[in-house]
Order: sequence, then structure tokens, then C-alpha cells
Amino acid sequence: MRVVRRLNTLRRDWLSWIPTVWLGVFFLIPFLVVLKISLSEATIAMPPYLPIFEWIEGSLLEIRLDFGNYLFLIDDPLYGAAYVESVRIALTATIITLLIGYPMAYVIATAREPRRTLLLLLVILPFWTSFLLRVYAWIAILKTNGLLNGLLMSLGVISEPLVILQTDVAVYIGIAYTYLPFMVLPLYASLSKLDRTLLEAAEDLGATPWISFLTVTLPLTLPGVVAGSLLVFVPAIGEFVIPALLGGNDTLMIGKVLWNEFFANRDWPIASAVAIMMLFVIVGPLMWLNRMNAQHEEANS
Amino acid sequence: MSRFLVFALLLIAGSASAQGVVNIYNWSDYIAEDTIAKFEEKTGIKVNYDVFDTNELLEAKLLAGSSGYDVVVPTGNFLERQIQAGVFRKLDRSKLSNLANMDADIMRIVEQHDPANAHSVVYMWGTTGFAYNTKAIQERMPEAPVSSWAMVFEPEIVSQFEDCGVAILESPTDILASAKHYLGLDPASESADDLKQAEDLLMSVRQYIRYFHPSQYINDLANGDICLAVGYSGDLLQSRDRAAEANNGVEIEYVIPEEGGVVWFDLMAIPADAPNVDEAHQFINFIMDAQIAADITNYVFYANANAASTELVDAEVTSDQGIYPSDEVKAGLFAMKAFSSRYDRIMNRTWTRIKTGQ
Repeated sequence: MRVVRRLNTLRRDWLSWIPTVWLGVFFLIPFLVVLKISLSEATIAMPPYLPIFEWIEGSLLEIRLDFGNYLFLIDDPLYGAAYVESVRIALTATIITLLIGYPMAYVIATAREPRRTLLLLLVILPFWTSFLLRVYAWIAILKTNGLLNGLLMSLGVISEPLVILQTDVAVYIGIAYTYLPFMVLPLYASLSKLDRTLLEAAEDLGATPWISFLTVTLPLTLPGVVAGSLLVFVPAIGEFVIPALLGGNDTLMIGKVLWNEFFANRDWPIASAVAIMMLFVIVGPLMWLNRMNAQHEEANS
Repeated sequence: MSRFLVFALLLIAGSASAQGVVNIYNWSDYIAEDTIAKFEEKTGIKVNYDVFDTNELLEAKLLAGSSGYDVVVPTGNFLERQIQAGVFRKLDRSKLSNLANMDADIMRIVEQHDPANAHSVVYMWGTTGFAYNTKAIQERMPEAPVSSWAMVFEPEIVSQFEDCGVAILESPTDILASAKHYLGLDPASESADDLKQAEDLLMSVRQYIRYFHPSQYINDLANGDICLAVGYSGDLLQSRDRAAEANNGVEIEYVIPEEGGVVWFDLMAIPADAPNVDEAHQFINFIMDAQIAADITNYVFYANANAASTELVDAEVTSDQGIYPSDEVKAGLFAMKAFSSRYDRIMNRTWTRIKTGQ
């Protein structure tokens, strides 16, 4: 008996190692490589940076760390501005996605079968075509002689074509469109778990639909709102393709700055430093949010 | 007898594996439709053909090492720096019998990038100028100085075209060099003061520019979405032809400005760690064949540097001043050199400031 139990715990331990190994191989090691490059010095060579560790005469290990890359990021206001802009654009797009996604998830969660399955399928369906193609389609829709302007002009809503492509608005549209399923699915999950009898109780006690939404539905689906918003916000900060295709020249996002450092300046160390800083810009607020959440739950229990 | 057969089979197998594959990495839309098929038919070597659309992308792959490519086609000023980084192997001239076809004058010019032409052979060359929608410009400004950089660099002129759309090539080296040249400054200088003057010039017209992009302007100009674009000669000429084919009333004209402009050379070279060196030489030699070079030029509208092929190129192409400029226009062209890393950083930072105002 005891042997079997021990085998079982061993197996459990082994299973718990899988995510750890996964994180180690696919996150920690690449992170350390990038960290290492961010502390080296750029040069014209293959690869284009100097090694940090060097054995001198076979016995002396020389370690050279260049913190100048990080100082450079602080020195030039461009990088700070790009971080702030990225967060601002990602936040705006997340709010827009939430405002569109919540009613959608609500409708799906309250729909009857088989309509519900069909609606869910429709949300996921766009994933079956290439992401790049779908962003290209938005170029055709939003451009000056595009579908949207053509439609609005023929309806007489506007007389001059609207300039949407190559502005921040086009970037919001692109992000909201692309990440909408990531918002809808967690919201749907928490909305479908919602106990309907609570709403009936609220109604019996004289709450208007709006009040019962604000005091019952919204607080109970808050975990879905947080999960969906994070799934949109975090990748949107580092987004490169959407601002590159739909954004204007003055759309300054950290992904573009990183591209510039890596490709145009061939400065892999600075590019790596930008990436490491980005990680902290994203992880910092997330850890804060996580702690707030834990404290909140503790207070509740 | 049977031993002889085995021996023969081994020989065939051996030669088949030697004539294996060659991995080419070239610019997009930059080769005739039948070139690869003809090469495969002639040599029995299988070609893996892959494309890129910016020098920066190619360079990142080369600097990372083990790219797996056997022939790559960087532009001169990029190749110059890549040679310093030790990216390329020297060409074995004994395997390049068609070298005699090459234009001696052009090969001498590209020696500034690759001394003694040790690592590279010219694939195609072109210029960085601008193209415009004749009707749209005529409507807005009948006396527009259509053969001068003033079209782009003078605020009171370019502002007239703001409503129909002005695009500029996303390439700090080309555009800042053109701006410096227009101001009468040396495009090759690394002076911070010269760069500042070029920045001020571009800032004065910045508000009238709709976008900066490496290739978007090809379609937009042909469709009439924009009316003035600074870009690469062959791309703008392709745009002109697409508009003509579409028959949509858009008429495009390409100009090498009278003040002169940037000329660039794309060069074929073999990475030092290329897996199929012999096949790579065969491919480069094949491209230097007069007929093959002429076929490519007829298709892509870029001039080759193959003197023997000129008589095989369509008269319509050789007589086009945008592709084969006259000696007078040629005299005003200048090639760019590789800048120091320090200057590249300042220049790209300036470019970001021009584009974003940050």
C-alpha cells in the first residue's frame, strides 16, 4: 500500500515538474540569453556584439558587463515616450474591446442551444484564416478610396473621404478586431456560470435591470473582465504588425522601436535592453494587480 | 561486368549528390518568371528560392550566422559593412567564365563597396527618384517643376499635393542622402551639422507627407490613392505599368531629378558558411549569361550591369531614361557608402524624429 502511495506522489511530483521545465526551457533560458546580450557591447562582426565572458590565457575568466545600454535608454526620451505610448494605445484598445466584447459575450451566454454553439463558433472562426490577411483586409476597408469611405459617401453621410488608415484610430480598430475572441471567451465563461436566480431575486427586490446589472452581474463576472482584459492588453503593448500596417508614421510603439534597434541600427545589445525593460514595464503592473487580487480574496474569506 | 555497373552507378549517384541544391535569397519581384526553371533545366541543380524586402532583414539573418543561404543579394553600402563583419567568402573567379560579359565601368564603381570585386558581382542597379500622377499634379499645379527635387523638398510646392497624397520611401540612407544632395551638401559626410540641415529640410515638408513605407507606394500610386511618391526606380516603373494595364485613367511618370540622385547596386555574394559553394558559383555565372540577364531586365525594369546583354534588352527598356539614363544624367548620380555604426545610430534617431516628432 505504502509503495503505491509513494509511487503516486512521485508521479504527481513528476507532473508538477512539466510546467517548471517548460518555463525553464522556453522562458528562462531565452530570457537569460537576451539579458546577456543586453549587457554586451555592439560591434561589426558575426554575431554583432562582443562576448561578455572571455578566458584569458586559459585560466583567467574576464567578465565585461556594459550597463551603458540601460543608461542610454534612460538618457534618450524616445524610449520612455514609446513605452508610455504603447501602454496608452494598448489600454485604449483594451477598453474598446471590452465595450464590444461584453455585450457579445452576454448575448452568447444567454442564447439557447444550438444557437449558442453556433455563435461561439463564429467568434473563433476568423482564427482559421491568416492573421496577416485579415489585417490586410482592414487596409482595403479603411483606405481613402476604400470600402468604408465608398459606402459612407454613397449614403451621403460624408462628402469628403475620412482619413482613418495610418492613424491611431486604425490601430485601435485593428487591435480590437484581432483580439476580440480573447476578450469574449473568458467573459463568456464567467457569464455562463452566472446564477440566474440571483438576477430574479434582485428583480423581486425592486432593482431595475440596469441596477441589477451593476450590482450583481458585473461584480460576479469581474474575474472574466480581468482575464479578458489582460489577454488583450499584454500582447497589445508589444504589438508590432498592426501598428506597422495600419498605423501612421507618428504611431510610436515599443515594438517598432525594438525593430529599429535590431534591424536599422544593428544594435542587438540595445534592442535586448529595450526588450528586458519592456518585460518589467508589463510584469510590474501585473504583479501589483495579482497582489491586489490576492489581498481582495483574503479579505473576502 | 557487374563490378563495372556498380562503379558506374556509384559515379552517377556521386555526381547527383554533388549537383544537389542551391538556396537563393533575393529581393521580392526581382527575377524573370522563367530564370529559375532555365537554370534547373540546364544544370540539374534544384533551386530553393526565397525573398526579402529590406536590406535590414537580410543583414540580421547574415549576422546571426548559419542562414543556410548560398547566394544573397544585398545592396552595395550594406555589403560593404557585411564584408567587414566577415560575412562573405571570396569568389572563385575560375568558376565564373561569364565575368567577361560584365560592364567594366560599373564593376569599377562598385569597387568602392567591394575592393577588387573580390566578393560580389552586380545583379541589377537602379536609382532612387520620384514618380507622380501626371493628371493629379497638372490639375493642382500646372507649372509644377516635375523634374526637380523641389517637388518633394519645397514646402510651398509639396503642400499643393497634400490632399492627393505624398509618400516617401522608408529608407533613411536614401532619403537623407537625397536631401543633403539637394542642399548642396556631401551625401557621404558624417557631419552632424549637415545631418541637422537635412532634418530641418524634411521637417519643413513633414506635415504634407502621408506616410513613409518601403513598398506600399507601388500599389497606392497605381490605384490613384496617392499622387507623388519617392522610391526605387524599378518599383515606381512597375507601378506605372500596373496603372497602364489596369486602364484606370492613372498615368504615372518616373523622374531621376535633374539635381541628381542616389544610384545603388544590388550585388550577388556567397556567405562564408554557405553549404553549397560550387552550386552558388554556377548560379552566379548563369545570371551573368547575356540572354538571362536581358530576360530579367525586360521583366523587372531594372538595368543590369551586363554589357553583352544590352543589345538583347527590349528597345523600349533601353530607351527608357528612368532605367538606362543618358551619360549626362548618369554624371549626376552618386552611390552611397557604408556609414560608421555611430553615425548610423544618429541618422536612424534623426529619422525617427522626422517620422514621429519624438
